[in-house]
Amino acid sequence: MSTISEKILAKASNQETVSAGDFIKTKVDVALNHDVTSVLAFEAMYQMGAEKVWDPDKVVMILDHVAPPSSINSARVHNVIRDFVKAQDMKNFFDVNSGVCHQVLPEHGFVKPGMLVIGADSHTCTHGAFGAFATGVGSTDMGAVLARGKTWLRVPETIKVNVNGSLGEYVHPKDVILRIAKEIGVSGATYMTLEYHGKVVEEMSVAGRMTLCNMAIEMGGKAGICEADQKTIDWLDQRTSGPYDLVKADKDAVYKETLDLDLTGMEPQVACPHNVDNVKDVSELGKVKINQAFIGSCTNGRLEDLEQAHALLKGRQVHPDVRVLIVPASRAVYKKALQKGIIEDFIDSGAIVSNPSCAACFGGHIGLLGPGERGISTSNRNFRGRQGSPEAEVYLSSASVAAASALTGYITHPEEVA
Amino acid sequence: MLLKGNVWKYGDNVNTDYIIPGRYMELTDPEEMAEKVFEEHDPSFRKGVKPGDIVVGRTNFGCGSSREHAPIALKGNGVSIVLAESFARIFYRNAINIGLPALECPGIHDAAEKGDVLEVDVTGGLVRNLSNGKELRFKPLPSFMVEVLNAGGLAPYLNKTEEW
Repeated sequence: MSTISEKILAKASNQETVSAGDFIKTKVDVALNHDVTSVLAFEAMYQMGAEKVWDPDKVVMILDHVAPPSSINSARVHNVIRDFVKAQDMKNFFDVNSGVCHQVLPEHGFVKPGMLVIGADSHTCTHGAFGAFATGVGSTDMGAVLARGKTWLRVPETIKVNVNGSLGEYVHPKDVILRIAKEIGVSGATYMTLEYHGKVVEEMSVAGRMTLCNMAIEMGGKAGICEADQKTIDWLDQRTSGPYDLVKADKDAVYKETLDLDLTGMEPQVACPHNVDNVKDVSELGKVKINQAFIGSCTNGRLEDLEQAHALLKGRQVHPDVRVLIVPASRAVYKKALQKGIIEDFIDSGAIVSNPSCAACFGGHIGLLGPGERGISTSNRNFRGRQGSPEAEVYLSSASVAAASALTGYITHPEEVA
Repeated sequence: MLLKGNVWKYGDNVNTDYIIPGRYMELTDPEEMAEKVFEEHDPSFRKGVKPGDIVVGRTNFGCGSSREHAPIALKGNGVSIVLAESFARIFYRNAINIGLPALECPGIHDAAEKGDVLEVDVTGGLVRNLSNGKELRFKPLPSFMVEVLNAGGLAPYLNKTEEW
């Protein structure tokens, strides 16, 4: 009678069973770090009395947030990290040429079903797409993981989300998760796991499931999880090897709540400023003019997102008043898009294609919004000031809606330009 | 643990980007982080905050990023405790981990106004508003977290703790 979370956390903490509400101390299978949170984690590790990380092979370091550095300080931080990686004999290091950590980590085979993944980044929940329990922590928690290989967790309650129906032509996993956010709210899943089930999730690609799990945190969630299946195995087999622990929820698992959605006939969804649950049908918006369209990030910077955008942008010109930023989530995604001719078509359309990184998502570099400006973004947060000026507005959508809007200059249903 | 200070009151969903904008994430010096606190959301905070002051929020305080910059920036300005109806979980962990008490205190948002003086008995589970006489009880922290706070955070705590 256990949820996926309870089963994974029982195994990780070496117990028969655990239940929601239990506090556990547990070993960690993979520790994910990036350029923003690492230096504080190193300091915490040293303050804990440790000189060496507990297991350098289980620590993965990826420089992605400010990649390459956009300031003297970020260049300095990167060098502190490179020195640490060398001193600690860490071979799992991905420099600024690699991509966003949540794309790079699974692409290089570090995530497997049944694992406990701890990352010093709030979007670590992305890796639940592979049937792992993955959650974000801060630098001090990460310091403890680096020092001891362990962390403490409260076993979360789970909300079961059943997504059924048939999605329309321009309705994508991003629309599904925005709709779920509208239902659950920005804090409705605080401390909890979102376990995604139903026909729509079963039929969804691994990339789409990553989008679903990625945004669990936007509802306050500790984790988002999909059951691993043959699709997961096929994806992983190209990058790593088994055995895989395909953890399924028990039929009589105890859930805090169940959310049933039938999304047949649902329009593309848009999260309006300044909260992720302020979600509307795209046709409800009227003519909302935009100055920038950003297609990328750990939420929607994968090949299928670029393909969605490409289907609309190919052979056309983006609106002259819109700067269009396209940032593949990883070097592998970038290269595939290049081989398929997608990048060339983007460039011909007037879009800017940049190197893989977190880019505009958090307002760090590559395309900030000025006062009074409005952007549409395929990323995960539309908080005031997130992508630049506090007097700017950010709308969140799928790559299809962002691309359609890039063509017209206002937030647009893809059908209008198809 | 008894804390006393003036209230700075905020609303729902005070996110980590409000507390310190994301573009300052490359900072690693706590003092520099402290300078940027609420820079866009409430510039008066940095000018007026005094050691021991108390931040009061409503629901989902600290939502957003895992960056520890947010609680560090508050602590760096002398904030002694954050009280809210509810917290986002990563902020909550981070606050405790750096030695900044964060307490879920139902009813606090209605019971305190900006500038009120609060006295908080962290281990006893009692908030007294000395300005209006209201008292609120809350569920005390688990003993493990109290030990972490007493040590000054998770790093000093683990430094003294072999078996973990």
